[in-house]
Amino acid sequence: SADNKIEAAMSELVPEPRQKPAVPMKPVGINSNLLGYIGIDTIIEQMRKKTMKTGFDFNIMVVGQSGLGKSTLVNTLFKSQVSRKSSGWNREEKIPKTVEIKAIGHVIEEGGVKMKLTVIDTPGFGDQINNENCWEPIEKYINEQYEKFLKEEVNIARKKRIPDTRVHCCLYFISPTGHSLRPLDLEFMKHLSKVVNIIPVIAKADTMTLEEKTEFKQRVRKELEVNGIEFYPQKEFDEDLEDKTENDKIRQESMPFAVVGSDKEYQVNGKRILGRKTPWGVIEVENLSHCEFALLRDFVIRTHLQDLKEVTHNIHYETYRAKRLNDNGGLPPVTTETEENHESNL
Amino acid sequence: MAATEIARQVGEGCRTVPLSGHVGFDSLPDQLVNKSVNHGFCFNILCVGETGLGKSTLMDTLFNTKFEGEPASHSQPGVQLKSGTYDLQESNVGLKLTIVGSVGFGDQINKEDSYKPIVEFIDAQFEAYLQEELKIKRVLHNFHDSRIHACLYFIAPTGHSLKSLDLVTMKKLDSKVNIIPIIAKSDAISKSELTKFKIKITSELVSNGVQIYQFPTDDESVAEINGTMNAHLPFAVIGSTEELKIGNKMMKARQYPWGTVQVENETHCDFVKLREMLIRVNMEDLREQTHTRHYELYRRCKLEEMGFKDTDPDSKPFSLQETYEAKRNEFLGELHKKEEEMRQMFVQRVKEKEAELKEAEKELHEKFDRLKKLHQDEKKKLEDKKKSLDDEMNAFKQRKTAAELLQSQAQQAGGSQTLKRDKERKNSGFL
Repeated sequence: SADNKIEAAMSELVPEPRQKPAVPMKPVGINSNLLGYIGIDTIIEQMRKKTMKTGFDFNIMVVGQSGLGKSTLVNTLFKSQVSRKSSGWNREEKIPKTVEIKAIGHVIEEGGVKMKLTVIDTPGFGDQINNENCWEPIEKYINEQYEKFLKEEVNIARKKRIPDTRVHCCLYFISPTGHSLRPLDLEFMKHLSKVVNIIPVIAKADTMTLEEKTEFKQRVRKELEVNGIEFYPQKEFDEDLEDKTENDKIRQESMPFAVVGSDKEYQVNGKRILGRKTPWGVIEVENLSHCEFALLRDFVIRTHLQDLKEVTHNIHYETYRAKRLNDNGGLPPVTTETEENHESNL
Repeated sequence: MAATEIARQVGEGCRTVPLSGHVGFDSLPDQLVNKSVNHGFCFNILCVGETGLGKSTLMDTLFNTKFEGEPASHSQPGVQLKSGTYDLQESNVGLKLTIVGSVGFGDQINKEDSYKPIVEFIDAQFEAYLQEELKIKRVLHNFHDSRIHACLYFIAPTGHSLKSLDLVTMKKLDSKVNIIPIIAKSDAISKSELTKFKIKITSELVSNGVQIYQFPTDDESVAEINGTMNAHLPFAVIGSTEELKIGNKMMKARQYPWGTVQVENETHCDFVKLREMLIRVNMEDLREQTHTRHYELYRRCKLEEMGFKDTDPDSKPFSLQETYEAKRNEFLGELHKKEEEMRQMFVQRVKEKEAELKEAEKELHEKFDRLKKLHQDEKKKLEDKKKSLDDEMNAFKQRKTAAELLQSQAQQAGGSQTLKRDKERKNSGFL
């Protein structure tokens, strides 16, 4: 009974958990279709108008050895001269001795929608003799953007719209060797798939036949799976069954997209199309039987653009934030979390 | 590994580049809207007004449904807030609607503190959101937002002016929530009185510096209608869920002996205007203002209260970190102190108990000793008695044997004596 007495004494001293203010909630499902039109669905229009007014930010990074056609592909994707090579940088400039990060921003407009597009190039990646840890500057840059956003968010007087420089999408260019992924590819994707959305693409796919292409893609997919590399769209973030079915098809059949880029136009069958002219024919970039560029473009821009941003914001950024705040010692005792930890320690 | 170089050409002076074909990002608003629709929307309305002004009925009329089962009981002494959350669906849009109504507002004799429960409620919703935002592991995008987006303030149709309670309450609320003042049960006022009443109310609000919600006029598509509506504030409304046949249609109306008031007739009351503004045109703006203006103000005040400061831009990141560190150390210090106190108390209690137990042990030992001694004494006594008894027995035995011996001797002697006597007798007989 001495034990009991001590236990009783201890429980007196341990503070009671704070009562949360009670607001009675009783969700009642009411289908108002029968009772006359209210006008709730107009919120869609209201929201659309609001977003058109504020405009969008999109930040896309391209990573891969030089000569794989990164800049050309980005220009083709956005049908305009948005990459570094076209913005006044010397095309004949030397390959840098270290990995550099160069970001260029442009504003493009279509159908009343204004988009501030930032293309982040990484010249020097994979071009050295010793490429050890060459992904580190890239990872550092990505984390710096998260840090910038976090600092803004944590301010007391903060901006209405925090400028978003976080990398929403990273296109990783795989060399069309036809064999398998190189160790550098695996290392990069292993490290970076945890902090950013990676979309692997097979560059300069016009050097492979259809069979070679299919086999290579299968091998790449297998290798990525074996190495536990989750590229975008990640399985764990599928929101509902519809998403899952759609994304499964993309993950298991289409990706990685085998693409060809071009910013030159040619006349084919009376139409002007983007393509590459070779002695044996014109490769039509937007022709699905020639290459998968159109699939990539639709995927990144027309269907999953908003989702890329949301996954970056809701998942990658939150992961960074949680880690950062934990390392920093956490936030002041406003949360009850720390108090609960306190009790459990005793 | 060598250092990196970061070259940026981004900034406010970004060039606009032309597109040479259709890219397809004009579908972005659609992508965004689709995601929002899948996620669902939420909208929270607070109705403040005296008892009997038709708050519940107006909500029923606005949303074409019957929300409450029974009217609120007015048995509590102070001002209470009653809330209910409902899932409404229209075409493919799902709305989580929360309606909060004041109960007992204006019923008290002393109304000085009537506004307090309302302000506290609004602050509590901001606090809940702030707590979630400050958490380390948070799920903001799935958080059920309970912050009040619109406050409908019901003015009694006296026809004269605003009551002082109205002015005081609205002044306390205008920096915390979007206030839309409405004149309730306006079928009690005639048209000419109504115009005068509206003018009086508007001028009183202006002269007392009450900031009511202004419908936004910066977007050209809605600037005109919002501008006109701003001039009609406060809206004179009537609520009714009863449907009466008027002409050949069923309409929401109230029937009087002298005529029928149609709710959705714009010449009869401003109900249609209210519905238009609140739901069909500005619902999104109300939500945005709540988040970017009222919530930010609350957050700023709360953080400053807790001791955080944004100093000049150069030291901003560091000062915040320092403040965090300082606060954390302070908290840890307090924690340590508390822990120490508890440990001390624990040690103290243990000591006391130990002393008690020692006492008890000592007592027990003494008792044991006493009992033992008692036992020994008793034993000795018993032994003594036994010994004496044994002695007695022995003595008795001795006496007994001695006596027996004597007896047998005597018998022998007597026997021989008897024999001798017999012999003598015999002999004597022969003489």
